[in-house]
Amino acid sequence: MTPTRTRRSLTVVAGLATAAALALAACSGGGAPATSSTGGGGGGGAGDNSGYTFAMVTHETPGDTFWDKIKAGAQQAAKNNGITLKYSNDPDPAKQATLIQNAVDSKVDGIATTLATPDALAGAVKSANDAGIPVVAFNSGIDQYQKVGAKMYFGSDETLAGTTAGKRIAAAGGKKALCVIQASGSVALEARCAGVKAGLPATENIQVNGADDPSVVSALQAKLAQDSSIDYIVTLGAPIALDALKAMDAASSKAKLVTFDLNVDAAQAIKDKKIEFSIDQQPYVQGYLAIQALYLNKKNGNDIGGGKAVLTGPSFVDSSNIDQILPFAKNNTR
Amino acid sequence: MSQTTTTPPSAPAEASNRVTLGWSNRLLARPEVGALVAAIVIFIFFLVVAPAFRSPASFFTVLYQSSTIGIVAVAVGMLMIGGEFDLSAGVIVTTAGLVNAMFCYQLGINLIVGAVLSLVFSLLIGFLNGYLVVRTGIPSFLITLGTFFVLQGANLGVTKLVTGSVSTPNINQMAGYGTLDAIFASSFKIGSVTVEITVIWWFLFVALSAFILQRTRIGNWIYAVGGNADSARAVGVPVKAVKIGLFMTVSFLGWFIGMHTLYKFDTLQAGNGIGNEFLYIIAAVVGGTLLTGGFGNAIGVAIGAFIFGMTSLCIVYAGWDPNWFRAFLGVMLLLAVMVNLYVKRLSTARKVG
Repeated sequence: MTPTRTRRSLTVVAGLATAAALALAACSGGGAPATSSTGGGGGGGAGDNSGYTFAMVTHETPGDTFWDKIKAGAQQAAKNNGITLKYSNDPDPAKQATLIQNAVDSKVDGIATTLATPDALAGAVKSANDAGIPVVAFNSGIDQYQKVGAKMYFGSDETLAGTTAGKRIAAAGGKKALCVIQASGSVALEARCAGVKAGLPATENIQVNGADDPSVVSALQAKLAQDSSIDYIVTLGAPIALDALKAMDAASSKAKLVTFDLNVDAAQAIKDKKIEFSIDQQPYVQGYLAIQALYLNKKNGNDIGGGKAVLTGPSFVDSSNIDQILPFAKNNTR
Repeated sequence: MSQTTTTPPSAPAEASNRVTLGWSNRLLARPEVGALVAAIVIFIFFLVVAPAFRSPASFFTVLYQSSTIGIVAVAVGMLMIGGEFDLSAGVIVTTAGLVNAMFCYQLGINLIVGAVLSLVFSLLIGFLNGYLVVRTGIPSFLITLGTFFVLQGANLGVTKLVTGSVSTPNINQMAGYGTLDAIFASSFKIGSVTVEITVIWWFLFVALSAFILQRTRIGNWIYAVGGNADSARAVGVPVKAVKIGLFMTVSFLGWFIGMHTLYKFDTLQAGNGIGNEFLYIIAAVVGGTLLTGGFGNAIGVAIGAFIFGMTSLCIVYAGWDPNWFRAFLGVMLLLAVMVNLYVKRLSTARKVG
């Protein structure tokens, strides 16, 4: 009695969600005021029809625009070379290791993975190597990728990126920077802030909850009120940069804003000179190169980078090159 | 604190053996008093340790932070008094904003139409939550956990499907933006102080909720349903309607904050809002609402939200090591709950006069 009822209720929920999804999906047919194309711009030619199947495994927390670009790049590379791309993700290291193992078990032709937690993933990468499946790393794990057993690495050096940003702020006359960490306990984010501090010793960190915009704004407002000597704010993600602009506005702060990564609105804000510059690690390139490199390795035995990491950043976006980059940001490829 | 520990005034009827409560006991028996004392203690504490907190501007920043939690917490508190939980309250905020933004942007429709549509959609989700709870008898914790996951997945999936990204496009150039921005996300200046409109809305909603709970028949019904649903039904309270209504109130105020977030930030990230459901419940509980239902009130919940907002920002005002932020927050909340409990103990220790 009760079980059947439960099932029926759940069916109702699922049905409603599907209906809602369909209803909303239908809307997109109407055409938006401004067209936003999915996927990559890129060459998109017919290319090779290799028939490889590659798995891409990341530590993405669902719902971050950053990963859209990595996926867009990977999909474009897959499309160009006739590759079937299987994407999976889990922010939990143990679960990410399981996902890699799943890919090994399903006998894919190659694996591209992020190594945000190299030690936790070493076992899974080893089992891929044992099965003769090439593994490349991208986005994170620059220091340990070789030790773990990945052939190549495509990504940014977070500490170097932070240091370069810190030095650039110091050169522009910055006295004290506030580095905004939007997710606690992330190695990559801490490394960026540590880098900024290396470039500009008077740098202080603050932890905010990146999943709640109003609380980010009020926390930054509070910090600006507490320490009026802050003349530069460094945010580690584009959406947080836009929150910071609100906070600076509300606190009537004269501080200048610098951000890591890009999205459409942040790119527009750079054009409007509200953001000084962005340190871009070019996620689209990371995703694209990781898949492209697996393809070349499989097809032609290539090794890209000559045994060293291939850096996709830091690339600076500021008022001098924003006009060129803005269309790409709108296209979700930059 | 010291004034609360003073002995109650001498009871007038010495000879009577009836239990009479002095005015201080009657005051202390109110759910919000413990929270109020805790709030005052924490307030004074931070005035001492955080110089940056000692300005009207800072105080209003705290009020803004509190209001974004507090508005939804008003409804969550009422729902908890009615004996139920809603774990979908955090993501429904994002859902409401997403529906509005994407529907209007993709079809080029006036935003006000989208806001109304989003309201209807949110109320439907609230209705569904309530209906499933009263119909199946499954604990609301589980039903709304289901809605929580469904909405969380649908938020991402649908957004990705419609926009090709996981955030909505910027809507600040569309028709109707000005009106809605003025209603949900504007601010005005009093002297040097910026007052966000959500603070005003928060006060209004708290007042309305307090009025409903204390002065109307519906308020009595809510307490009765939360205290003991069976006896409430026996005396003719429409238990099912009350519960469904409460779930819809939560989704209404969730929608309200969803509108605020959308019109303040112009774009929404589809993954946002997760985890906030617990902040609402925390605000209600810190404010003296019982987890088991039947006890609590609107002012208490508002003070609970204020304690949370104040603590989370004052740790920043005090300039404490940010790595320890959560630890400080935990200690302060424990402190608040303990002061609250202590005050309540005093009040329930009845004197036989």
